[in-house]
Amino acid sequence: MKKKLKLFIIITFLSLCFIILYKGLNSSNTYSPKISNKIDLPIFKAKDFNTGTYLNSEKIFKENIFYIVNIWASWCVPCRSEHPLLMKLSRNQSVKLIGFNYKDNLDNAKKFINEFGNPYSQILIDNEGILSVEFGAYGVPETFIIDKNKKIVRKFIGPITREIEKEINLIIK
Amino acid sequence: MKILKIFIIIFLSINFTNLNADKKNDELKNKILKNTRCLICQGQSVYDSESDFSSSIKLIVDKKINEGLKEEQIYQYLREKYGDWIIYDPQLNKNTYILWLLPLLLFLIGGLIIYKLIKKNNE
Repeated sequence: MKKKLKLFIIITFLSLCFIILYKGLNSSNTYSPKISNKIDLPIFKAKDFNTGTYLNSEKIFKENIFYIVNIWASWCVPCRSEHPLLMKLSRNQSVKLIGFNYKDNLDNAKKFINEFGNPYSQILIDNEGILSVEFGAYGVPETFIIDKNKKIVRKFIGPITREIEKEINLIIK
Repeated sequence: MKILKIFIIIFLSINFTNLNADKKNDELKNKILKNTRCLICQGQSVYDSESDFSSSIKLIVDKKINEGLKEEQIYQYLREKYGDWIIYDPQLNKNTYILWLLPLLLFLIGGLIIYKLIKKNNE
């Protein structure tokens, strides 16, 4: 009886280990934090892309509407694929797009905007990536949705796809 | 001449205190960066990595130290932005208590087994 119990305990322990390890093998390695509770919009100061003047975040996000913050760079290939969708989103009157130009050459960035169009109502320069860290970003492209209460309610890592565009439209409705 | 000597001593001592402060700040910065995970790398700390993400974090940590923030406050700032995962040393909270208590529990169980075996042998 005692032997059987021992065997049972050992088998259960080993199968438990197997299940845990097997599940671990299948789960994705990439880590993306969930925004379970809404995060307050960070307070910052940033340089404007066109005028070169410094602006406060309160001034940038002053209107009582939804804002989409998009981190982009002219050297970022996935940013080109999401650009037409951003142009489409910018036609929506109930939302404003703010672009963070991430670690980019100003001339190249201007060429990029001239070539593909400007979906942003305002572009801020983020040469050191500090602005992106304030938003909890990993790199480019990344997109954040800010609601009317000035809280970050959603974060998309990677380029915007048609599915994400649909989701954004549902959120800002 | 005496005045000149005094001036030189004061000047040097000011410089040395500045150097010491810089050294202390560098040590603190390196300690924090070694304990911070590069989230886009494979098993590297921010200190070891040269990625864009890591270079931004290095700048931020430097800035926060110069602003006078303490080590724990900087960790808290990074946790707020990226979650617990960014710090190598996990905090004891409801998500990590198994991680912290399991070794202790296994140690106790092991000790209990050894104790029982010794007792049995003595009998």
